[in-house]
Amino acid sequence: MQLEKLIVSSSPHIRSGETVQRIMFDVVIALIPALIASIIFFGLRALLIVILTVVVCIAAEAICQKVLNKPITISDGSAIVTGILLAFNFPPTVPLYIPIVGGVLAIVVAKQIFGGLGHNPFNPALAARAFLVASWPAQMTNWINPDGSSAATPLGLMKLEGIATPYWDLFIGNIGGCLGETSALALLIGGAYLLYRGHIDWRIPVGYLGTVAVLSLIFSQDPLFYLLSGGLMLGALFMATDMVTTPITKRGRLVFGIGCGIITVLIRLFGGYPEGVSYSILLMNALTPLIDRYTKPRTFGKKVIKNA
Amino acid sequence: MRGKTFPVGGIHPPHFKEATEKKNVKPAQIPAKVVLPLQQHIGAPCEPLVAVGDTVKVGQKIADSKGFVSAPIHASISGKVVAIEPRPHPNGTNVMSIVIEGDGENNIWEGVKPYGNYKELSPDELRKIFREAGLVGLGGATFPTHVKITPPEGKKVETVILNGAECEPYLTADHRLMVEHPEDVVEGLRILMHVLGVEKGYIGVENNKEDAIEALKNVVGDDTSIEVVSCEVKYPQGAEKQLIKTILDREVPSGGLPLDVGVVVNNVGTAATAANILKTGMPLIERIVTITGSGVKDPQNLMVRLGTMFSDVIDQCGGFEGKPGKIIMGGPMMGLAQHNVDIPVIKGTSGILVFNAKEAKKYAPTTCIRCARCVDACPMSLMPATIANYALKDLIDVSEEYDALDCIECGCCSYVCPAKLPLVHAIRYAKAEIAARRRK
Repeated sequence: MQLEKLIVSSSPHIRSGETVQRIMFDVVIALIPALIASIIFFGLRALLIVILTVVVCIAAEAICQKVLNKPITISDGSAIVTGILLAFNFPPTVPLYIPIVGGVLAIVVAKQIFGGLGHNPFNPALAARAFLVASWPAQMTNWINPDGSSAATPLGLMKLEGIATPYWDLFIGNIGGCLGETSALALLIGGAYLLYRGHIDWRIPVGYLGTVAVLSLIFSQDPLFYLLSGGLMLGALFMATDMVTTPITKRGRLVFGIGCGIITVLIRLFGGYPEGVSYSILLMNALTPLIDRYTKPRTFGKKVIKNA
Repeated sequence: MRGKTFPVGGIHPPHFKEATEKKNVKPAQIPAKVVLPLQQHIGAPCEPLVAVGDTVKVGQKIADSKGFVSAPIHASISGKVVAIEPRPHPNGTNVMSIVIEGDGENNIWEGVKPYGNYKELSPDELRKIFREAGLVGLGGATFPTHVKITPPEGKKVETVILNGAECEPYLTADHRLMVEHPEDVVEGLRILMHVLGVEKGYIGVENNKEDAIEALKNVVGDDTSIEVVSCEVKYPQGAEKQLIKTILDREVPSGGLPLDVGVVVNNVGTAATAANILKTGMPLIERIVTITGSGVKDPQNLMVRLGTMFSDVIDQCGGFEGKPGKIIMGGPMMGLAQHNVDIPVIKGTSGILVFNAKEAKKYAPTTCIRCARCVDACPMSLMPATIANYALKDLIDVSEEYDALDCIECGCCSYVCPAKLPLVHAIRYAKAEIAARRRK
C-alpha cells in the first residue's frame, strides 16, 4: 500500500502547546495591572504614551526587517512587550518625540542590528532608556506627582533631601516616578502571573530583591523603602527576567539576580544617580554568556562540574 | 498522586492512553505471510539457516549469528520460505529478510519443548536458553537479553529492576501485560534474579497504572525479595538511568552501564517472555503491540506474530480513521516515523501509532528565545539549546564539551521548546559526528 504525504520526521512527534507568541502575550497580560495603575495615577496621557511607544516599536520592527530583507515577525509579540516596557520607563511628562526616538533605538539599534529576537545581548527597552537618559537627561527625569504637581521620586527625595515617603503610597504607587514603575502592588500581581505560567524563574526576582534587602540592612538603610521605591519591582520582575538576555542555567539565574542586587545598591548608595536598576541589569546582561558558561549544571552521572 | 521519581527535569505530556488501557490483549490473526528481517536486535545481523523453498514450522530457528551480541530469528508461522532478500525495515533502510508464506496450519516445530522449572537450571543453561530463543529487550531497545544477564568479570550485580513504567504516551502493551499476566512478570523477575544470583528485585510502575501495581503486589504477596515501586507519572520515568535513580538513588556514571552501579534493568515484557519460554519452550515469535492514535478506527492491544505487516495489523483494528498523516513505530516521544505500512512488526515494535492528517503536524521552527525550558526539562541536566546551537554551527568539539554524548534522546527538550526547534535532532547529529570522528 502506498500512502501519500506521510510526514516522516524525527522524534518527538508531539509538542507542548507553548509558543513564543503565547509567552509574549502572557507578558503583555502581566503588564496590564501596572498599565491600569499608571492610568489611574497619571491619567490618559499614560495610555497615550504606551500606545505610541508600542506602535513605534512594531512599525520599526516591520520596516527594519523589510529593509534587511528578512521575514517580518511582528506577530511574535516581542515588539509589543519591548514597547510597553520602554514606555513604562518614561516620566508622565515626557515629550512625545522621545517615545518615537526611543522605540526606534530599542528595536533597530538594540535588537535588529544584533539579529533580532533571541540574539540581542541587552534588554532592548533598557538599552534604549540608557541612550535616552544620556541624550535628554532633563526630559527623562521630569517627574510629577499623581496630582500633577512637579516632584522628585521617593529615591531622589531620600537621597537629596532626606525625606521619607509613606510605605502605603509606595506600595500602591501613589508617588512620582516613571509610568510603569510606581505601583509595587500592580507589578507584583503581574509577576505572580508570570511565575504561575512558568515564564519566569523565581531565582532572578528572589535573588535580586533578596540581595537588595540584605545589603540595605547591612548599609543601615530601610530595606522596605529600598524594595518599594524606584524601578526595582519593574526591573526585578520584568526586566531582569527577560529570557533573551539572562542566563539559562538555574544557578546562573540566581547569580544574575544577586549581581543585579549588588550593583543596584552600590549605585543607589554611592553612585551619582538616585536609581541604579537599569544600569545594574544592563551590566549583568553583558555578563550573561560568561555566567552561563561557568554555571553549567552537573551532568547526570558525572562526579564534578566541568565547565565547558 | 505522588510516587517516587527522579529529581531533575522531566515533563508531563498528556497520557493519551484511554483508548486502549482497559482493553484486553487479543491474539491477532495469524498472518498469511511474514517478513522476518535478519536484524531485529542490537548487535551482529543474522545469517539465514534456511533456503528459498524450505518448509519451516513455528518456533524453528531460521537465522543465527556467531556473534555474541546477537539474537537468532525464528519462524513465526509455518509454511514455505519464498524469498530471502532485502525488504523495507522499520529503521528506514532495506534489510535482508526471510519471507515465509503460511500454510495456514500453525504447525509447531518439534524442538519446541518446555524447559521446566528455572530452579533446576543453572544460570549458564538459562542464558543459553534465552539466547537460543532469540530473546531481546522488548521495551524497544532490543538489546540481546543473554548479553545483558552476563555481567563481565569483576562486575557485581546486586539488583534486578523490571521496567514497567511505560512512560511513553499512548502505549499500553506493558500495562495490559502486568494486569493480565502479573504472574508471568513476577516469575520472569525471579528467573532473572536466579540467573544473576541477586537477592533483591524491583518492579517500577508509574502510578497511573494502579490496577497493574495492585495485580503485581498480589502475586508478590509476602515475598520480601521483590518490591513493586509506585513511581510518579513523569516522562521519562522509564528511561533506564532515571528509573535506577528513582528506585535506588544511584547514578549510572556518564558513559557507563547500569552494571556499573550493580543493576540490571529489563522491561516487564522481556521478563514475562522469559518465563513463557521456560514454560512452553516457544522462542520469541510474537509480542504485544498497542495499535492506537487518532488515525486508527478501533485501537487495540494485540498479540502479534513477528513479521506481520503493519498494514495487516492496522486492518485488524478497523483500518485507518480518516487520512493517515503520520505512522510511528513506538511511542510519540521516541518512536520512529515510517514511510509506509509495508513493513513488518519486529521484536522492538511496542506500538503502532497513527496520527490522522489533521493531527500530524509539521512544526515550523522559529528563533531560540533562551527561555531555558529545555535546560529545566532535561533529565540529564544538560543544556540542550546550547549543544544544539553548537552542533548546527558544526562546532562539534564544543557540543561535546557540553556533554552531548550524555543525551539519552528522550525528547523532553524538543517537546517543551516554544520555538519548536528540533533540539534533540540536532543533538543526535552532534552525537553521530562525535562518534564518527572517534572512529577516524
